[in-house]
Amino acid sequence: MATITLDGIGHAYGPARTEADYALKPIHHVWEQGMAYALLGPSGCGKTTLLNIISGLVTPSHGRLLFDGVDMTRVPTERRNIAQVFQFPVIYDTMTVAENLGFPLKNRGAGRAEIVARVAEIAAMLDLTPVLGRRARGLTADAKQKISLGRGLVRADVNAVLFDEPLTVIDPALKWALRSKLKAVHRALDLLMIYVTHDQTEALTFADRVLVMNEGRVLQIGTPSELFDTPAHTFVGYFIGSPGMNLLPANVQGRQAMVAGQAVPLYAAYQALPGAELGIRPEYVGLVPAGRPGSLPVQLIRIEDLGRRRLARVSLGPHRLIATVPPGPVPDDAAVLFDPAHLHVFQDSQRVQGERLHEVAA
Amino acid sequence: MKPHSERAWFLVIPVMIFVLFSSLIPMMTVVNYSVQDSMGQNSFFWNGSEWFQHLFDPTTDIGGRFARALVRNLVFSFVVLLIEIPLGILVALSIPKRGWAVGAVLVAMSLPMLIPWRVVGTIWQVFARGDIGLLGAALTGMGVPYNYTQDPLSAWCTIVVMDVWHWTSMVALLCYAGLKAIPDAYYQAARIDGARRWSVFRNIELPKLRRVLIIAVLLRFMESFMIYTEPSVVTGGGPGEATSFLSLDLVKIALGQVDLGNAAALSIVYNLITLTLCWVFFTVMTQLDARADQERTA
Repeated sequence: MATITLDGIGHAYGPARTEADYALKPIHHVWEQGMAYALLGPSGCGKTTLLNIISGLVTPSHGRLLFDGVDMTRVPTERRNIAQVFQFPVIYDTMTVAENLGFPLKNRGAGRAEIVARVAEIAAMLDLTPVLGRRARGLTADAKQKISLGRGLVRADVNAVLFDEPLTVIDPALKWALRSKLKAVHRALDLLMIYVTHDQTEALTFADRVLVMNEGRVLQIGTPSELFDTPAHTFVGYFIGSPGMNLLPANVQGRQAMVAGQAVPLYAAYQALPGAELGIRPEYVGLVPAGRPGSLPVQLIRIEDLGRRRLARVSLGPHRLIATVPPGPVPDDAAVLFDPAHLHVFQDSQRVQGERLHEVAA
Repeated sequence: MKPHSERAWFLVIPVMIFVLFSSLIPMMTVVNYSVQDSMGQNSFFWNGSEWFQHLFDPTTDIGGRFARALVRNLVFSFVVLLIEIPLGILVALSIPKRGWAVGAVLVAMSLPMLIPWRVVGTIWQVFARGDIGLLGAALTGMGVPYNYTQDPLSAWCTIVVMDVWHWTSMVALLCYAGLKAIPDAYYQAARIDGARRWSVFRNIELPKLRRVLIIAVLLRFMESFMIYTEPSVVTGGGPGEATSFLSLDLVKIALGQVDLGNAAALSIVYNLITLTLCWVFFTVMTQLDARADQERTA
């Protein structure tokens, strides 16, 4: 059990001359003991590199890695006491499930009685007890993934458990069950867990804290609700949520934004920001009949019925956006109504905080 | 119940005809000879199973030769497999996984396989000569009693080393392909689990090479059991009959003595032995694995 600190950890696979050479831009971050983190981002964003740096499979070109304050940057993998579960289940074909689970202990010279006891304990936790005597090769993908996880957990001194997109090859019907199992293991063992995924549902349901990454950079670290309600970066707004946040080019001045020649009132005051972007989630854009006060007339492109809710794809001048259709008939002459409390202003892709207090004082 | 039609069998006819002309009809000639005798003038008469009876009776001349040559063949294949398979695996493990060296090593290793059999024989015949051959002269110079034309042990060593030189790279290339197919995650997991090098080989690499090794063993067995050209060039079956393998004997009987009946019977039996041994190898190797699975389950 440990708290893991990334002290300016960055990695370039070749020589790092410009910032673009980094597969992982230098970051500072503290992974706290007992927390469940998710690393969320599209393929190739550097999240697996970061994970492999923590487990020691990759040695970072920059920065230091600390486990409880001890420098581990160059300590070999097998001495870090890290458990890692890979995208594809890794099992030792010729061994039984029990032998698989006991393998890391055996390699570290543990006694027979200790191995048996520990394997039984872990197998019970992962529901593997009935198959302990079976050869691991014939089992299903989800059972194999549990074995991979079990091999990590079997060591009593494990510092952290890392998951590299562990549900990729799992049958959709079993994904939910396995994910709940991971959650349960996390609660039972009070371990630091880091979970890499490109699936936001997995990230948001598994983790206490989510790190959103793109192009080798950590864009925001927050709870699932923070990422949803106050995205720090347009990428976070767009990547989190289904569908993602609407982003509209706007000129912002004071408490008003001009979008496609129409004025949109804002909840807070901003300094003059020409060439800013206005962000609002589809959940907070309502499709209303034209002429409603404060609404902006739009062209309706099509309605998507998702069963539980309906979405409208509309165009506001040259800009496309997605709105939520309230229950009832769809108005012929459509307009959109923004919920000003959930309007965000971005400048150079970064979220700009408006001056609400100043407004109240004035 | 799916609609069932026997007419689909007609679609197999072209393949049947091809197989008939490419193997069955030519082989029937041999079968023909094996049950007939001839007094010359192209006149043949029925001889029943007499050729086969001779062949299986070690007290007859032909039977004795057959028995001794068969033992030689079995020993040769066994020795060659025993050396080439572990050596091939070892070589495959030491081939670099990436970089410019991969191509260079692979090409260099393929070279022996690209040389025609007869040329391989000639190369070794010269290479091993005591007077002018690099190997032979060197060994003689060091005082090793080596002479492949006089000493049966030297002759055997020459043939075995030559076969190892010629074919180990095939085993190595097959194993290399098998090793390359193992995802990196296995090695990473093994590092995390703290596995030693031997353990990685024993628990990851060897099991993953199983299928490739079955192919390698089968190919090398068939090839070594049918060996002809190299010993025929290097030793001519000698000294005495020390390196007379079945194929060399067969050619002597058929073309040297023009004893077609005996040769035909020997050909058929030779062929059936090869076929049977291959089948036994394959079945045993695949069954052993399946049984291991079941035992663990029970």
